[in-house]
Parts: sequence; structure tokens; C-alpha cells
Amino acid sequence: MPNHSVLEILGPVMIGPSSSHTAGAVRLGRLARGINGRPFKKVRIGLHGSFASTYRGHGTDKALIAGLMGFATDDERIRDALTLAGKAGLEFDFTPVDLGAVHPNTARITFYNEDDTRMAVTGSSIGGGQVLIQKIDDTPLAFTGNYPTLIIDHIDRRGIISEITTLLARFEINIATMHVSRTQKNKNAVLLIEADQEFPEALEKDLVGIKDVNQVRMLNLEEDRHVS
Amino acid sequence: MYRNARELMEQTRENRCRISDIVLRKEKELFDKDPDTVYEELRHIYSVMGQSAYGAIHDPDRFRGRLIGGDGRRMEDYSRQEATYLGRVANHAMAMAFSTSEVNAAMGRICAAPTAGASGILPAALLTAQELFHHDEKAILDALLTASAVGDLIATGASVSGAEGGCQAETGTAAAMAAAALVQLQGGSPEAVFHGASIAIKNILGLVCDPVAGLVESPCAKRNASGVMNALISAEMALAGVESLIPFDEMVASMKRVGHQLPPALRETALGGIAITPTALKLAKTIHG
Repeated sequence: MPNHSVLEILGPVMIGPSSSHTAGAVRLGRLARGINGRPFKKVRIGLHGSFASTYRGHGTDKALIAGLMGFATDDERIRDALTLAGKAGLEFDFTPVDLGAVHPNTARITFYNEDDTRMAVTGSSIGGGQVLIQKIDDTPLAFTGNYPTLIIDHIDRRGIISEITTLLARFEINIATMHVSRTQKNKNAVLLIEADQEFPEALEKDLVGIKDVNQVRMLNLEEDRHVS
Repeated sequence: MYRNARELMEQTRENRCRISDIVLRKEKELFDKDPDTVYEELRHIYSVMGQSAYGAIHDPDRFRGRLIGGDGRRMEDYSRQEATYLGRVANHAMAMAFSTSEVNAAMGRICAAPTAGASGILPAALLTAQELFHHDEKAILDALLTASAVGDLIATGASVSGAEGGCQAETGTAAAMAAAALVQLQGGSPEAVFHGASIAIKNILGLVCDPVAGLVESPCAKRNASGVMNALISAEMALAGVESLIPFDEMVASMKRVGHQLPPALRETALGGIAITPTALKLAKTIHG
């Protein structure tokens, strides 16, 4: 059944030259910035596969840095992103890495935050400007950023998932997909939820208030506003 | 809803409407988008198309890629000469297609239609029509809707990715979409729209994707320029009453089969076609080290 929307065929409106090497890379950078969620002074970017061999020709380096600075995929400043990052005092470097059997267009972005914490986000540009986050630090995850996404680090305890989902229902949030993974019974676990509605700020405080919830990351959809 | 072009044409006959009207209804049913929202989005898309189609004509120095640049302006200047084979309209259309390709290569803003690599064709075709016949905005936006229906059918039944189907999937699809838009704009029937799209595909069936140095520049820009010409001649044939012997749905199935028959070396990997000529390899070495 032909079921692509008009905007899937006529779009995206983007900065060239390649939807996977440029537009996808911007989205990857932007999503990683949201996941990290803290002010940072330095990023190290490991490029794998096709990203490593062609990044200069396709402007993937500029696109990733632009995304890390929060630019949208159609922002004309992308082509000057490296210069703009330099002016903003953001340190960055690119190195080829071998991340194993992952998608050919994969990057690992390590943030060096102002509060001296670090975080590494690994994700792939899977075509047509779509991306897939694969790992946060060493925890494997899989999400696209196409939905508001909630990532909760918690202790694996009976009933904790139901406490979390009850709270979401109280905020009138409908769960689209949900995935729980744990390292070991009764130890650290990660709950990933994609939702149909944006998460209000008040939700974060209530989630952190649940016993055995260690950390909450709320990623709302960033509006890709058109700069005309 | 419809499963293929044949059913889509049946629905236009039953409802006595155009292809674009069916697309509007589908946007509502599948994506809950009302026509006002769809037109608003299309207006933005068309304005981006207009900017890219003229960007590198007006400012060629700002929009240079690694391998290409200046051809949009060159064609535009040439189009104003008196003694040319094809005259102002065709040469200007090619200039606009070059321009978008150059804007894309230089990290300017474009609308992928259906892809970034083939983004020059649809804008050049629509602007050619509007500049010639002064269509109102609504007619142009409706033509975009019809173009998107053609792109959707190809994306579903074959592919619009060069890595999967070669250049036929990218500039071929764009030319088919543009031909469809041009036929509708000049009052062609839904059947004529699909004849135009089918003829455009036929003209480039099997076209390989062989980017020099792996960049979306050469031969891409020239295939955008020839792609808009493909759209224009295919639309002219359909408007003249020439029919495609093979129906559109079977053309799409052929595209899919031919795409699979193309070896990977001829599908965007830069391992075949002109990408492995001595000249291309030398350029690749200069750029990628």
C-alpha cells in the first residue's frame, strides 16, 4: 500500500548534500545533545565505517557539530558550524573508530561536561535523515527520537514499572512503546519509554520521587523550526 | 485508499476529481492532516525550491561544491543568447536544475524531492511552468501533491534510493514526479499524468549511480539538468496525446526489477561507472587523501 506522507516524499527541507550523511548527522548530534542534557565544553567524536571514510566530503563533521550546538537540519549556519563552534569556545575532535558490527554510518560522541561529568552517546544515521540511538555510555538502547522519549535508570524491583506507568497515566501520557533491560536481577535496570505526548517538567520531579529510581532523562521533540 | 496507479485513476474517475484531491483526502485519513495544514507545508516547500533554483544562478561563488560550481550561471547566461538549439525555456530550466544541485553540494538549503541528490528537477520543472503560464499558487501546490503521489507509488513499489535502485531511482523518480506535475498543470487528465510519468521512467530505466569521489556532485548535477528536460519532453508527449504502451504500475515493477539486477558497484558505492575512471580516482584521492 502506498502510504508515504506528502512530506516524506517532498522533504525533508534540509541542508545538503546527503540526507544520511548531512541531515541525519545533524539530527544525531542534536539528539545526543538532548540526551547528555548538560552544558559541555568539549566533545570527542569517533566516526565509524562510511562516516569515517567520507565525512569531509559530505560535511558530516559540520553536520554533527551543528547538531551538537542545537541547530535544526535546515539551518543555513550548518556549513559554518566548525568556525561557529570555535568562536563559541567548544573544543572538538574527530577520530576514525571501529565500533564493530554496527550500521556503516555510526558515530560515538563523548561529552566532557562543565560539571566534570562525561557521557558517551552512540548512534547511527540509518537513511533518509532518520537516526537510531544505539548506546548511552555502555548501556545498549534503541530509539529514534521520533517520539518524546523517557529513559529511566532504576533498580530492578518488583512493582516499580507499574508505579512509573501509573504516574504517566496520571499525567495523561500514552505509552507508544516500552522496553526494560537489566544487567542482573535486583540490580541496575534501564526503562525506555516512547510516548505520544510531550513530557511536562513536573513529571521529572515525581519520577525521581519514586523509590529506587536513580536517574530520569526526558527527551521532548525539539521543534525543527524553519528559518526562512 | 488505493494500492496502485490503476486504482488511483479509477478513484479520480468515480469522484470526477484530480489525483491531488485524492492525495489530500489520504493525508486526512492516514495522518489526520487537514488541507490547510498540507497547503501551508507545501507553501514552505515551494518557497525553499524557489530559493534553491535561483541561489546559484544569482550567487555562483557562494554555492560551489568540491567538484562543481558555476554551471547554473553558465546555462542561465547562455539561455539568453539568440542562437541556441532549444531556446530560452529549456536552457533556463536546466540552469535552475543546476542551481539547486549546486546549492545542495555547497551545503545550502534544499527540499529533498524525493532525495537530496535529485532535488533539482521538480523545482526547475514547476518554476518553468509558473514562469511560462503564470499559474496561481493553488495550482502549483496541487501539482506538488500529484507529484508526491507518483513519488509515493515508486517509493512503495520500487525504491527512491540510489543505493538500492541506482540513479533511475533518484533522478528517474524525480523526473516522473515532475512530468506528472507538468501534465496536470496544463490540464492533462489523470491518465495523461501517468502516461507522462511512465514515459519519463522509460527514458532513463537502468540509469546507474556512479558518484565521482562518492560526492553528490558529478554526474548528479548534470543528471538533474537532463532530468528536468526528461520531465519536460515526457510531459509534452503526454499532453500531445502520446501514450505509454506499458502502464505505470508495470513501469514501477520494471524499475524495481532492474534495480535489483544492477550490481552493487553501480548503486552509489562509487565502485563502478564513471566513478572508477582514472580521472575520477585522481579526484577522489585529492579530496579524501
